[in-house]
Formats: sequence, structure tokens, C-alpha cells
Amino acid sequence: MKPIFEDQRDTIYHVDPEHPENPGLPTLRTEEMMLNMGPQHPSTHGVLKVVLALEGERIVKATPVLGFLHRGVEKLAEDGTYHQFIPHTDRLDYICAMYNNFAYCRAVEKLVGITVPPRAEYLRTIVAEIQRIIGHQFWLGTQALDIGAMTVFFYTFRDREILLDFFDELCGARLTTSWYRIGGVERDFTPELTDKLRRFVDYFPPKIDEYVTFLETNRIWLSRTKGVAVISAEDAISFGLSGPSLRGSGVDYDLRKFEPYGAYDQCEWSVPVGKNGDTYDRYWIRVEEMRQSLSMVRQLLEKLPEGPIMADVPSVTLPPKERVFNDLASMIQQFKLFSEGFMAPRGEIYCGTEAAKGELGFYIVSTGEGKPYRLKIRAPSFIHMGAFDYMARGYMIADVVTIFGTYDIVMGECDR
Amino acid sequence: MHTIAARIQETYPGAVQAAVEWRGDLAITVARDYLHHVCRYLHDDPDMDFDYIVHVSSVDWPDEPERFEVVYEAYSIRRRNRIRVKTRVPEDDCIVDSMTDIWKGADFMEREVFDMMGIRFRNHPNLTRILMPDDYPEGYPLRKDFPLRGKGWRDTFTFIGEKST
Repeated sequence: MKPIFEDQRDTIYHVDPEHPENPGLPTLRTEEMMLNMGPQHPSTHGVLKVVLALEGERIVKATPVLGFLHRGVEKLAEDGTYHQFIPHTDRLDYICAMYNNFAYCRAVEKLVGITVPPRAEYLRTIVAEIQRIIGHQFWLGTQALDIGAMTVFFYTFRDREILLDFFDELCGARLTTSWYRIGGVERDFTPELTDKLRRFVDYFPPKIDEYVTFLETNRIWLSRTKGVAVISAEDAISFGLSGPSLRGSGVDYDLRKFEPYGAYDQCEWSVPVGKNGDTYDRYWIRVEEMRQSLSMVRQLLEKLPEGPIMADVPSVTLPPKERVFNDLASMIQQFKLFSEGFMAPRGEIYCGTEAAKGELGFYIVSTGEGKPYRLKIRAPSFIHMGAFDYMARGYMIADVVTIFGTYDIVMGECDR
Repeated sequence: MHTIAARIQETYPGAVQAAVEWRGDLAITVARDYLHHVCRYLHDDPDMDFDYIVHVSSVDWPDEPERFEVVYEAYSIRRRNRIRVKTRVPEDDCIVDSMTDIWKGADFMEREVFDMMGIRFRNHPNLTRILMPDDYPEGYPLRKDFPLRGKGWRDTFTFIGEKST
């Protein structure tokens, strides 16, 4: 598969009839063909178009055409207060809304300079890891579905429902959650929710083995993922890949370990790292991360400390809902925070967070007003698309679907 | 001054205009002509080793003489350092050197900056619009003088409560 094209990355692929490996191939007059893939192709998970230049079925050049889902989120951010931007982050990577909230709230907390109470940190980390499991379940199901292995999709979506119901009870929404707040979280776990989570932690490990059995006994799925979309470690770093896409190439870059945040330094876990940098290795990493996430959730639930779930910085953080309804001062505080926002100090920060798809970062420039002066979102899906052309050259048309899938791309985040 | 900023100042005297460390982030402002040299040095020098590009961004300061700020953020995976390199460009000559030959990932990120803010990059292999349509005629959406509700064909709509013209 891959080794044939290794030296032909940058040249047009020609069948050479004189070559000993191609005996008896007829000499055909070949010319490049352009093919539009998308924007409504079901494997593109949203609206993405790729213009393929083809030599037979081989890809000579693949040009991603982005922007079909561009909603100007960065522009909208400049017109709202810091609190008002949280629901917009749900709509970036709508599969993993919780993690976007987490990344954004961390960035604002770094800008304002507040620390979050320990119980809130634990709750945040637990929910973020559950969100990671949901993201990887979704990836596993749809990626296998895209390349023809349909069964595993139903099993991952069955288990994903349990977790989405958990989110529903926690914050009233399944996908667009907005549960994180600047300085803490919106609502605490109830005892029933904690029980539900404990039951899930015991229920899920055999199910992961089930997914693995479905896929690893499927010869077609194996042959379509092993050795496809290979990228070396140096290239992956140079392109700025992150998350499982980078770790598949053997780089252990994981911000949860490199710059620990939340409660990630309070539990035992390891970073799975691949060897070959192909789609199969990235699959293996995601499966392994689900196991690690479960283990983290189990440990953190054991150690969950008591205490407040919101930092007490009245100029920045929202008062608890009960107080808003019964206490005039809290109502005024709430009103002022939502109408004019809080005055963030003058300065600029970048804060990266390891989301399910890669490093999701926020670069915020503040001029000391209630709104961000400039807010830049470092979206992993967008940066991964930058490597698409490089990774797709030399493969067949059918592999394009695998290469989309290998990044775990979500267009809401890519186009913003 | 931070040691990294001091090293850059030593290697390229006059390049560093400001070095600020705030909330643990190091941000240096360099003269535009030195930007490519400084980034090359940061990437290639074994003591620096900034091999990973995090993001390329831009900020619009309409009231200042050099209106636009181009921001590169790099990370060193081996040394676990982060640095932000910034430069200023005036509006009538908003062009900087492209970093695509240093970090391959800069390609898409610089295209986004061009698309959103209208800053051009010298030696960029394919500097075209990326998120907006290729033939978008109405300027650069993230500039501060671009209205939030959009402009161009939207201006011809009559909004509820507005008098039609």
C-alpha cells in the first residue's frame, strides 16, 4: 500500500509499463481528471468540499474548500460579554460541547486570574472525560460506518445515549450543554447522577472490548485503515497536528500531561502513543483513551472533595441561582454581569486545552473592557485540514473517506 | 528580560522591540524585517527548538499608526516552552514574510489571517481566501471597521422597523 508512493509524494503518479512490477500493462494515454467530493457527501460530517485531481483512481492533489459553515464566531465574540460567549462555544465542535466550554472558561480564568475551587475542578475533569468518551464513541461509530463497517455504529450510539441522558439530567441539554461557567460549574452532581456514573464505569469496559472485537475481526476494515493516511512524526509536528492525530505518529504531546490543568494531576493515567502514524494507530489510541478516561472518572469519583462549585469572586463569577431569586444584591450582580459584563484586565493570553480532537486553544486580547477585543480560536479540525493534501496524495479515491475520518473532523469547529 | 528574549536580542541586535511576560505567557514584539529571521532561529536553533506551530493570528488596532498586529505562537515539544512572536504592519503596506517554509502548518493559518484581516504574506504558496467565498468583494470581516451585521448585499435588505430607502 503506502511504500509504493513514498518517493512519489510530490510527483504525478504514472504507470510505467516497463517497470518489472507492472508486467503487461497496456500503455494508456492518461490525463488528470478533476472531481468534486462534497459538499454534501455523507462522509464529510458537515459541509466540506474537496477538489481532487486524479490520475486514474489515484489522488494527485487534494484541495479542501472550506467555509461552508462559517458563521463568524470570532466576530460575534467581539460584540458580547465574556459570559455570553459560552453558548457559542457549544456550537464549535458540537459533538464535544462540554470540552469547548471547558477550554473557553479556562482561557478566561487565565485572563482574569482566578482559581477554581477543588470540587469544581474535579467535576469539570470528570465531565470533560465523559465528553471525551462520547467524542471517541461517535468517531468510532461513524468512521467505521463511512468505510463500510456498519454494525459497530449501532453499538457505540447505544452506549452514547446513556451518557447523553446523563448530560440531559445534569444540565438540561444533550449536545449544546453550556454547563461550565467562568470560575466553576453551573450545577453540582446529585447523588443519583453520581450513582449513574458509577454504574456506567462498571458497565462500559466490556462494551469497549465488544467494539474492538467487531472491528478487529473485520478484514475489510483492517485493510482500509492499516497503512492509510500515514504521516511521520516530524511532518505531523510541522503541520501542527495535535491530539490522537499527532500521538498516532509517536509524539506524546498531550497538554493534560505537559501543562496539567483541572484534576488531571490528581489521578493515575497514561498517554497512549502510536508507532506507525496510520489510521489504525489513531483508532487504537482513541480506544485506549476511552479506557484511560474511564479509569480517571473512577478515581476522581472516589476522591471527589466537598466544597463550593464556584469561585467566590463577585466581580466576575455568577451568584448561585437560589440567591438570585431571593437576594437583591445577588440579583443586581447577576444583572450587571449579563448586561455589561466584567472588566477583564488589559493584556493577552493564550490557553490551550486537550480536547477530544486535539489542542483547542483560545487567544484572547483584552483592552480592559467588558468584551474581548479579539478572540481567536485555535481549532484542531481546521489545522488538521491543512495537512489533508499532503496526507491524501498517492492514495485512492476511496481512501479519502478514511483520511477525513482519521482526524475526527467536525466542520462546525473547522469553519467557525 | 526573559532568557529567550535576551538570546534573541543577542543574536539579532535591534530585532526585539518589546518582551512582555504576563500570566506565564512570553510575548515578544519584533521589527517586521526581522520576523522571518527570528522565527527561523527559534525553529532551527537546538537551544530554542520551537518545532510546533500553535496558531497564527492578527489583531486590528485602527487608531494606531501601525494598524495591524500579526501574531505567531510556537511551542517546543521537547523543552515545553511557549513563545508568542508579534509584529506590527501599517495599513498601506500590510505584508509580512510567510513562515510556510519553517512550519508547514502555517499555510492554512496564514491564509485565514489573509482572509479575515487582509494581511498579505510574501512567498506564500497559495494565498487565497479560505473561509469566505473566493470572489467575496466586501473586504475583510475581522477588521474593526467591518460592521457586525455584514455589508454589501445585506445593506439592500429592509429590516423590520427600518424605513425602506
